[in-house]
Amino acid sequence: MSISVRNLSKRFGNFLALDDVSVEVGEGELLALLGPSGSGKTTLLRVIAGLESADSGSVLYDDRDMTRRSARERNVGFCFQHYALFRHMNVFENIAFGLRVRKHKGQVVNDRVNELLRLVRLENLAKRYPAQLSGGQRQRVALARALAIQPRVLLLDEPFGALDAKVRQELRQWLRRLHDEIHMTSVFVTHDQEEAFEVADRVVVMNQGKIEQAGTPADVFERPANPFVMDFLGNVNVFHGRVQNGKAHAGGLEVDYPAYSADVSRPATVYVRPHELEIDEVPLGRTSLEAQVVRTNPTGSAVKVALVAVEFGIELQVELSFQRYAELRLATGDTVYVSPRKATVFVPEGAALDYAI
Amino acid sequence: MMRVLPGFRSSLTLALMYLTAMVVVPLVACVATVSSLTFQEFWAAVWTPRARSAYALTFGASFASAAITSGLGILLAWVLVRYEFPFKRVLDALVDLPFALPTAVAGLVYSSLYVENGWLGRFLVPLDIHLAYSRSAIVLVLVFIGLPFSVRTVQPVLESFDVETEEAAHSLGATRWQTFWRVILPALIPATITGFALSLARGLGEYGSVVFVSNNRPFETEIAPQLIVQRLQEFHYREAASIAVVLLAASFTLLLVINLLERWSKRYEA
Repeated sequence: MSISVRNLSKRFGNFLALDDVSVEVGEGELLALLGPSGSGKTTLLRVIAGLESADSGSVLYDDRDMTRRSARERNVGFCFQHYALFRHMNVFENIAFGLRVRKHKGQVVNDRVNELLRLVRLENLAKRYPAQLSGGQRQRVALARALAIQPRVLLLDEPFGALDAKVRQELRQWLRRLHDEIHMTSVFVTHDQEEAFEVADRVVVMNQGKIEQAGTPADVFERPANPFVMDFLGNVNVFHGRVQNGKAHAGGLEVDYPAYSADVSRPATVYVRPHELEIDEVPLGRTSLEAQVVRTNPTGSAVKVALVAVEFGIELQVELSFQRYAELRLATGDTVYVSPRKATVFVPEGAALDYAI
Repeated sequence: MMRVLPGFRSSLTLALMYLTAMVVVPLVACVATVSSLTFQEFWAAVWTPRARSAYALTFGASFASAAITSGLGILLAWVLVRYEFPFKRVLDALVDLPFALPTAVAGLVYSSLYVENGWLGRFLVPLDIHLAYSRSAIVLVLVFIGLPFSVRTVQPVLESFDVETEEAAHSLGATRWQTFWRVILPALIPATITGFALSLARGLGEYGSVVFVSNNRPFETEIAPQLIVQRLQEFHYREAASIAVVLLAASFTLLLVINLLERWSKRYEA
């Protein structure tokens, strides 16, 4: 089933949680609503579920208007951030709840719950109470409980928010595989861009009640629509400069920017991701910045180097391959030259363009 | 486990000294008084038809009032937690009033309200509803005295009840009634049992208010504590102590059972 959200607005007192939001979720799609806290993503999810009513706008399932329907009538599977399991019921009864209140026959309930217990791999824990489970297990019970009513859509609010890093990683992949198996139209809310990109088919980036950008993970990551998205999608080095005659300048950096060829200089911001910066021992032409090494951290999949740009006095983040790091033999205090392989320039009220250098 | 705060020895000593002085010594004194009786004398004092009827009334009325209190307590706590209305704070404060009011005053006020020419009695007595000088009167005044216990035990549990849990039930297709019956009420049971035990215990020991609302007729409206006072006035100290010991033993057993029940009702907590 597909979902259409049209021109939703929602206000809590003086706070505008949703500001004329429209989203389409395709049949069988797994969509991520990504944004910082207070961006309206959870409110949007709750309005889709019918747990919250919008001040204006409509929610359609396929082509049927559900705006005035209660959550109970919408038949959606909703997973709450803190699971909201029924503490006095064991795992089996939690999963069975939706079937029991719908007065299904005992045998039907048994079969369906056992099938779901297998699906979420909790067959052995059917008799346990929620308090006796780990966070990851509780999340799986919550998911099974939501799936038990054979919902038409699955909505998940920060599904992995309260879990530790390793369990998070496992559950993410598991959710993706589960989705590939059951192909249910699903929407999940997250503030973690890595999570959104890894799991979702499509990502909707939200900020201050508005949608900043919607697209496939590759789309959004490669071509951020604006400075907010650029900034939100992880570490980025920011240089404030100006554009003039088709070039952007920020201190010693020069980046092509043909979209602005006027002779009048305008302020602009140059964004460069840590892995798009190169470090050299000697200056290579005009587009490098002199910088001093402050820290090196060779603990991840790449070596993270922190430097201070002499001219700007700001700290830069650079990611190098281990091979390059070994060649350079960097030590704290070394003076080096940093140059971008790729940069994104945003001129206020102007279009963003990428230029390889 | 290493405890951060010191003082286990001194605090335990103090607690034990307190318990000894305030609880154990009087109890021992009571039992000691009784132990000078032979078993036949003891039995003759505690198991007369009049005494049995007094026990039955004391336990029966306390049970009935604790049950009523538990239901009312959930209702009142619900209203105080879930709704906003004018003078809510005042109502909230009123709940505690029975704690502070001398119970004899409660007894006097109740009896004067419900007697034949009282404010309420003049309407109720013609309908054959006797809420003064009757067994119902005793239950009524015990409900008044026990109510704060059940409200105040249920209220915090309702306050901390997670909204998401209710929303989960709703989104899974439960009606409001099913949500209340299957999700909210079970969560309140342990607290309700605690409140029940507290108001039951309060009812078993209550004397001051009951003597005013009941006319203390043997076999009819005489409670066990009243019988003890009766024996004391006849200078039968050892008989009075014997009845007290029976009352204590029964109350203690009852509270122990309720405690176990409460623990069982919390079995799902880790």
